Amino acid sequence: MLHIVNKSPYEKNSLTSCLAHALKGGALLLIEDAVYGATKGNVAEGAIRRALADLPVYALGPDLEARGMQGNVIEGVKVVDFGGFVDLVAEHRTSQSWL
Amino acid sequence: MAQVAEALEQEQDAQSVVKKFMFVNRKAPYGTIYALEGLEVVLISAAFDQDVSLAFLDDGVYQLVKGQQTKGLEVKNFSPTYRALEGYDVEKLYVEGESLEARGLREDQLLVPVQVVSAQEMAQLMEQQDVIIGF
Amino acid sequence: MNFGLLINEGPYNHQAADTAYQFARAALGKGHRVQRVFFYNDGVNNATRLTEPPQDDRHIVNRWSKLAADHGVDLVVCVAAGLRRGLVEDNVAPGFRISGLGQLVEAGIESDRFVVFGD
Repeated sequence: MLHIVNKSPYEKNSLTSCLAHALKGGALLLIEDAVYGATKGNVAEGAIRRALADLPVYALGPDLEARGMQGNVIEGVKVVDFGGFVDLVAEHRTSQSWL
Repeated sequence: MAQVAEALEQEQDAQSVVKKFMFVNRKAPYGTIYALEGLEVVLISAAFDQDVSLAFLDDGVYQLVKGQQTKGLEVKNFSPTYRALEGYDVEKLYVEGESLEARGLREDQLLVPVQVVSAQEMAQLMEQQDVIIGF
Repeated sequence: MNFGLLINEGPYNHQAADTAYQFARAALGKGHRVQRVFFYNDGVNNATRLTEPPQDDRHIVNRWSKLAADHGVDLVVCVAAGLRRGLVEDNVAPGFRISGLGQLVEAGIESDRFVVFGD
């Protein structure tokens, strides 16, 4: 399953809740305000680094760039564009948006 | 409901396919409209003979708390609708135990019979779905 | 592949409508089909033809209309959610149609992939 999160980790528990339900074989995509969670020094950095051991983590590049965070992404997080977003949805049988 | 009649017509076309639909509720009622309008989708989905389940986790468990009284707010109390779901053959209501516990809630404080599952079991249930709609 | 999308937030207030649009355009660009976009909750406000953003801003409503005209994307506004918010046949933009929630469930059944954009 592709898990999609769009909230800053400081705003809501969506990322925490998502990671508690993400199984191996799935993937995590951070979009909109959730891309802050993919950056170094963020409260979610530890959780993202631990998650990377079990599942690939992606962040939407245009969202990082719009927020000036493109140079601060945690190593191992893959940056994708909207085409990459589409590919991720296509590659996984289901997607779940953790709103 | 006119929408139910219309949905029944559309159901004729799509009835050969049965997919597993899960509606994931993670938001409290009344503060926003998502719980109420989400429930309206659930009722319509029942007309399509799909395999429908509801998941309640995080603040979504507050939707099921007994004793909701909305007179003071002058808004509709839609909590009785959860009890009506059985009549629509929507009988799979999964509530995450960790979410209840984290909010000081017990199963006997909920207004409808549910199946309490762990986060790990919930994750497995989600994995089995074809379509997951969260509000 | 055939995609169905659900949009639950209005334009401008929340990024969901922008994200969904960029996703739809990218999917079409890759040769996928976007069968239906269903607008629910405040998402119905994506359909109002009365929208007039400042000239230097993107026109979210017209962008959807063009997507429908160019690619045959079926833009469906929930009738009940629309009525709640004052959206009726008279004020929906070209390419949008008003219909019931059954269209949302049908999109879930018929599409290969279903993606929710909301708050």
